[in-house]
Amino acid sequence: MNIFLVLTFSGVALGAIYFLAASGLSLIYGLMDVLNFAHGLFMTLGAYAGYEIATRLPSSLGAPTLVILAIIGATVVGALAAGVTELILIRPLYGKPISQILITIGLDLAGVGLLMGGFGSTALQIPVPLWLIEPTHIGGLYLPNASFLAIGAGVLVLIGLEMFLALTRYGIIIRAGVENREMVRALGIDVGRAFTLVFVIGGAMAGLAGILYTIVFSGDLVSPNQGDSLLIFAFIVVVIGGLGSIRGSAVAALAVGLLQQYTSFYIGGHSGWAQIGDLSTVLLLAVVLEWRPRGLFGRVA
Amino acid sequence: MTNAVEISDLHVSISGSHVLQGVSFSVPSGGVTALLGRNGVGKTTTLRAILGLVASSGRIQVLGNEVSGWPTHRIVRLGIGYVPEDRDVFSGLTVEQNLRLAESGSGAQYDEVFSLFPELKTRGRQRAGTLSGGQQQMLSIARALLNHRPLLLIDEPSKGLAPKIVSEFAGVLERAAEHSTVLLVEQNLSVVKRLAQRIVVLDHGEVVHRGEVVDLEDPTLVRQLLGVAGAA
Ligand SMILES: Nc1ncnc2c1ncn2[C@@H]1O[C@H](COP(=O)(O)OP(=O)(O)O)[C@@H](O)[C@H]1O
Ligand SMILES: [Mg+2]
Repeated sequence: MNIFLVLTFSGVALGAIYFLAASGLSLIYGLMDVLNFAHGLFMTLGAYAGYEIATRLPSSLGAPTLVILAIIGATVVGALAAGVTELILIRPLYGKPISQILITIGLDLAGVGLLMGGFGSTALQIPVPLWLIEPTHIGGLYLPNASFLAIGAGVLVLIGLEMFLALTRYGIIIRAGVENREMVRALGIDVGRAFTLVFVIGGAMAGLAGILYTIVFSGDLVSPNQGDSLLIFAFIVVVIGGLGSIRGSAVAALAVGLLQQYTSFYIGGHSGWAQIGDLSTVLLLAVVLEWRPRGLFGRVA
Repeated sequence: MTNAVEISDLHVSISGSHVLQGVSFSVPSGGVTALLGRNGVGKTTTLRAILGLVASSGRIQVLGNEVSGWPTHRIVRLGIGYVPEDRDVFSGLTVEQNLRLAESGSGAQYDEVFSLFPELKTRGRQRAGTLSGGQQQMLSIARALLNHRPLLLIDEPSKGLAPKIVSEFAGVLERAAEHSTVLLVEQNLSVVKRLAQRIVVLDHGEVVHRGEVVDLEDPTLVRQLLGVAGAA
């Protein structure tokens, strides 16, 4: 029973990371029909930005401050990278979704290549404060502190995004644009600006997901391909949740995170078949699409 | 400047078919000009071309500006209110949010719009997708009237609505026409006769008649141009 609870907790934490990775992707697709393959690069860039901040700033700042700065820096770098990408590469290609997809794939490959050239292909260690590595003892369970961080970030982002979309003028423009871009333009609104903003928000989420994945699930290691492997799960989550739906992404991310943790322990742990966790998420995707082709919260066309 | 809209030699092709083939007409400032024609002749496409929503060639002047090639939002900000053929309210947003999106600057005339359509006030929190067809049309018209735009482009406001609602909307548009120039696409000839002073008739992507609304009293002409009985 204890093991089940611990698995549940780490499944929720993994789900939180997947949600962070998927929400930006989902927003961007929902508004712009762009499947943004460079999202993986934005996650990786976030992680490397965090690494640079945590290792280059004086250690006299103290580990807790450094890790907080690393997380903020990762978010900002993700946002900037995505904003610049939208302005320079995506914007000239509106109305050409295939070209947009291809250019994001190209950017991702080039960016990962550059990171390998600059930092090497071996994983680098981010120094983190001890309390992130230690567990908290609650009711007979030892729960890793880093997981609390992931869950907290996931919940904050979910609430923040929902409030932004429900209450602010730009949030309403984005929701309206997901429904009917032309009519938003016909009200005299520059949808292009909303597009840039959505990319910036998506990039921020990606950077945050990248650094938190490093801290929570990869033993504080940063590597050039980590974003692309995370991106695969982000795509699975987005499709299960329904393209363009934030709430759908949250529910799907939780489901995928939990399923992955349960199956890799209960099936993978006993059979030694380590990939069963990943495979189970693909099976979940297939089952959901069979049952609801537009995903859990997908709109009917 | 005496013309709110001037179109000359407008061509539009949509997925390989030549929908507008050199359309030219102008909409004088003030009053209502009706754009008429059978189904599928290109009326909606003409309005969409004016708004820059479809690619076109030829000249389009809106409120004194040469707007060919402008992005839609810039054209609209010259002062256009648009009521599209399928209403296009944002179904996932509330009535309030739909109206809020239409605000431009600080001049939104909420009191006026709510006095025309009190229901929109009481249903402010309702999602637009759950409104009836007539209520959605109210919202779509309210959106266009909210800012006192000098030019209104209105596409088949009476389509699919009960006669009582149609005459209510005609009254609203009649009042709106007191301070805005209106280019109205409408199949219901009694509405056209009530609102319009001038008519432009399209057929097969070309203008086949420009004239006054009294021309619609001639049943032969009406049958020839619109393919309907003149008594409609
Ligand atoms: N998006 C589109 N794709 C293909 N054909 C279209 C599209 N929009 C309009 N058309 C065609 O253009 C012609 C004119 O359409 P439209 O302007 O909607 O006519 P109207 O408003 O006069 O009924 C029609 O033959 C229609 O089939
Ligand atoms: Mg039409």
